[in-house]
Amino acid sequence: MTGSLIPLAVLATSLIPGVVIFALPTDARRTRVAFNLAGAIGKVALVAALIPPAAAGARFEFHAPFVPGIDLVLRVEPFALYFLALSSVLWLLTTIYAIGYLGDGPNLNRFFGFFSLCVLATSGIALSGNLVTFVVFFELLTLVTYPLVVHEGNAAAVSGGRTYLAYTLTGGVLLLLGVVWLTASVGSVDFTDRGSPALRAFADQHPVAAISMFVLILAGLGVKAALFPLHGWLPRAMVAPAPVSALLHAVAVVKAGVFGVVLLVDYVYGVDLAEELGVLTPLAVLASVTIVYGSVQALRQDGLKARLAYSTVSQVSYVTLGVSVTSLLATTGGIAHIVNQGFMKITMFFCAGLFATVLGFSKVSELDGVGRRMPVTATAFTLAAVGMVGIPPLAGFLSKWYLASGAVDAGQGWVLAVLIISSLLNALYFFPIVYRLWWKRSTRSALTPVAGLEAAPSLVLPAATTALLTLGIGVVAGWTYSPLELARLITEGIYGQ
Amino acid sequence: MTLAQWLLGSVVFVPLAAALVAAVAPHRGFVVALPTAAAGCVATVALAVVVARSGPVAMMLGGWTEPVGIGLRADGMSVAFLATAAVVGLLVTVYASGWADARGGPFFWSLWLTMWAGLNAVFVAADLFNTYVALELVTVSGVGAVALGGARAAGAALRYLLLAVLGSLWFLLAVALLYAAAGSLALAQVSSRLAAEDGVTVAVAVTVATLGLGLKSALVPMHAWLPPAHAGAPSAVSPLMSALVIKASLFVLFRLWTTLPVDAALLIVSQAVGLLGCVAVVWGSVAALRQDKLKRVVAYSTVAQVGYFVLLVPLTAPALAEGAGAEARAVATLAVQGTIAFVVGHALAKTAMFTAAGCLLHSYGTDDLAALRGAASRHPVPVMAFGVASVALAGLPPALAFAGKWQLMTASLDGGQWWWLPVLVGGGLLTAAYSVRVLAVMFRAPDDGRADDCPAGPARMRWAALTAAVAAAVLGIGTSAAIGLSSTGVLGAAL
Repeated sequence: MTGSLIPLAVLATSLIPGVVIFALPTDARRTRVAFNLAGAIGKVALVAALIPPAAAGARFEFHAPFVPGIDLVLRVEPFALYFLALSSVLWLLTTIYAIGYLGDGPNLNRFFGFFSLCVLATSGIALSGNLVTFVVFFELLTLVTYPLVVHEGNAAAVSGGRTYLAYTLTGGVLLLLGVVWLTASVGSVDFTDRGSPALRAFADQHPVAAISMFVLILAGLGVKAALFPLHGWLPRAMVAPAPVSALLHAVAVVKAGVFGVVLLVDYVYGVDLAEELGVLTPLAVLASVTIVYGSVQALRQDGLKARLAYSTVSQVSYVTLGVSVTSLLATTGGIAHIVNQGFMKITMFFCAGLFATVLGFSKVSELDGVGRRMPVTATAFTLAAVGMVGIPPLAGFLSKWYLASGAVDAGQGWVLAVLIISSLLNALYFFPIVYRLWWKRSTRSALTPVAGLEAAPSLVLPAATTALLTLGIGVVAGWTYSPLELARLITEGIYGQ
Repeated sequence: MTLAQWLLGSVVFVPLAAALVAAVAPHRGFVVALPTAAAGCVATVALAVVVARSGPVAMMLGGWTEPVGIGLRADGMSVAFLATAAVVGLLVTVYASGWADARGGPFFWSLWLTMWAGLNAVFVAADLFNTYVALELVTVSGVGAVALGGARAAGAALRYLLLAVLGSLWFLLAVALLYAAAGSLALAQVSSRLAAEDGVTVAVAVTVATLGLGLKSALVPMHAWLPPAHAGAPSAVSPLMSALVIKASLFVLFRLWTTLPVDAALLIVSQAVGLLGCVAVVWGSVAALRQDKLKRVVAYSTVAQVGYFVLLVPLTAPALAEGAGAEARAVATLAVQGTIAFVVGHALAKTAMFTAAGCLLHSYGTDDLAALRGAASRHPVPVMAFGVASVALAGLPPALAFAGKWQLMTASLDGGQWWWLPVLVGGGLLTAAYSVRVLAVMFRAPDDGRADDCPAGPARMRWAALTAAVAAAVLGIGTSAAIGLSSTGVLGAAL
């Protein structure tokens, strides 16, 4: 084991709280909260401190042998930090939200233990320096999210958990097959800005094998990235408690999938090789189909969380679309959307959880007039919805703008049509909710405005914070360490500029 | 004699001496077994260090030379199996001390220590006849231990006895054939003395031995004796049977298929063995999916896992054929490393599963799956142990079996035998399927109507289960050196 201990420290901020929480007595609520928050805040601080040196070119690497001849590698570099920053900030907010949401319910040590391990796995994915390491943490993520999905312990939760595992473990098998084949052919593949040179040499000799490996690995990643037709688990996993859904959709599972797609295209194959092999156009088409399909499905859902789930299927494929259109701008837009979608979607899930706990409403058709009773929540939801549709200056607008300009640059005008259709559909399934919240009247007594804050602060404040950040991301886009600037820095590395 | 040679002898004779003491004073068994198990762990670690530094260790008992004397030898594979027996033994010893019913009777201790001596003798035997004797010692003590399960287990124990003895006889027949051809029982001499014209004899002998050892290891379709014996045994015996006893005959199988020369006929046999392994993985897993008692799920899972282990045979066989190159040898090395990682991971995971099942049996008085609803809330530690062990068994990272799977997949690809890949990866999914079926019941919220009348057992039982599970599940990381060590000197004997 050699190298810098910084990557290990990043992992330790989630591992230590996780293990300690498992060992706590069931009623040790304060200790549990203390460890949760200490870990989450420590992680945010550590990641924030690492961004300036990494943006200036510093790299921190840790190596440990896995099997003879193959190392596990953890590396702090801009793309890793980008994903880490997103997950650590949202983890902190989700932890606060979850503490309030679950209150004094049963099995909380188990819940928060696995919650921390889930972030450990996500951080490991972010820090992975080669494919083997990525596979290890990617599979670990599947395993540690299962107890969260089945947390409620009812028949629906257990059945949803089974579907979740069936999809993700099968995806894991395909991923493992592809990665072992790749590693057996060209040796251990390190993630490099322009793609692996060894793979490039191999692909020149055996293009069919190289394409087959790409397809296998993509299929494995595509399950978590919810690429059509591998998305079936996502709506079923909605049975999880709201903070878990928020985590699954915005930070951990789905994001790990698209993060992997970016790694595969840009850091393993490299954008040039991927284009020469002809795998990018089919990928762009698949992403576009997913975008439209998810939106159409979302339109048909009355359950709020189900609508949000299909919206995730659609929105997260913007990232895949961005990396499969070979232009600096489009890829920047795709990578920026990793963060933008994260903040917008987590806001919406926080709000959905609030509507459900405060009023017991989980259907879109029940939300008439809720804006008067829960103004802060409804405002947060509205901001996120407007951002999702892509109205400036909110976060979603930037991603779409870059994607569209990039597509035009790359001569792929049809992508523009996909983006326009998708934005229209977004508006069609989000604005009716906003309309119901604010303009529809309801006579139900539960909706009489109350004095003071509409719900527990630990639930309302995270939602309000992420909503404001959604606005903020768009406004501070020009700042040196803004998500958009970091996305640009990352993309310039990918394209060698 | 060097220190290493002392250690080599002590791993057999110290447990044997302890078994005698425990037999004389059965009610003080734990006092004898615990220090013995602890000392066994220390001795194995010391032996592993020696083998890692200076290669395999060998000695002749009493100074007599081969072919007259009794030879002992420890290479990387021996050390891996010795260490597994020591660690599992220590955990089960601690576990068994927690609950009298888990032991089945006072003679548990002496039977277990005899079994351990027999196992270690198999792992360090350098000649075939001693291997036979040691295998019989394991079988007899194993049958006795299963029979501790009382009237319920008597039939299963008897059937196990008959079939295991039959398997031993086949093995003995093979030993006789090899002795007739080579004029020696020492394994190293047998492989070097065999001439080209002995090809048919060797092929017949190895095939018969493989059948006999397959029967003793419950390789499909010779597996029917295993589930009733392993599931019917007392709670502390089941982990020993599943984690260790079947590993003795598997060890001998690996030894033969990494030492003796392989001709064209045996290459075909090796593929047939691999095919049986694939059938075993599917058959055992499907059977596990259909059980409604926890211990039987775990027992059928062993039938499935044996299928993985025998994939070593087709992957090492090409390296033993005449004119095999360095590439085939590299593939065989990967296969040995992968299989040993699988075997060790399985031993720890099965220890965890059977001990966890024993904890639940202790609390609920039954291992009917339907009765275990809500166990995840009421008895989180055994359920966590079972879940973590499932991850390890399915070969998911960071489990030791994941590293094993990686090595075996690489060996299949490098050796051009890609057809094992679907089973290697698909078997993990099947494992996940039957494990999740069990876990899904345990994760259900408890029935509110039923009072909590199922107290948790002694803490040491729960923690022994969890320790085994966590070890199996995290040892895939940071064990590169041990994985490299496990193949040290294994293929060297003949090549």
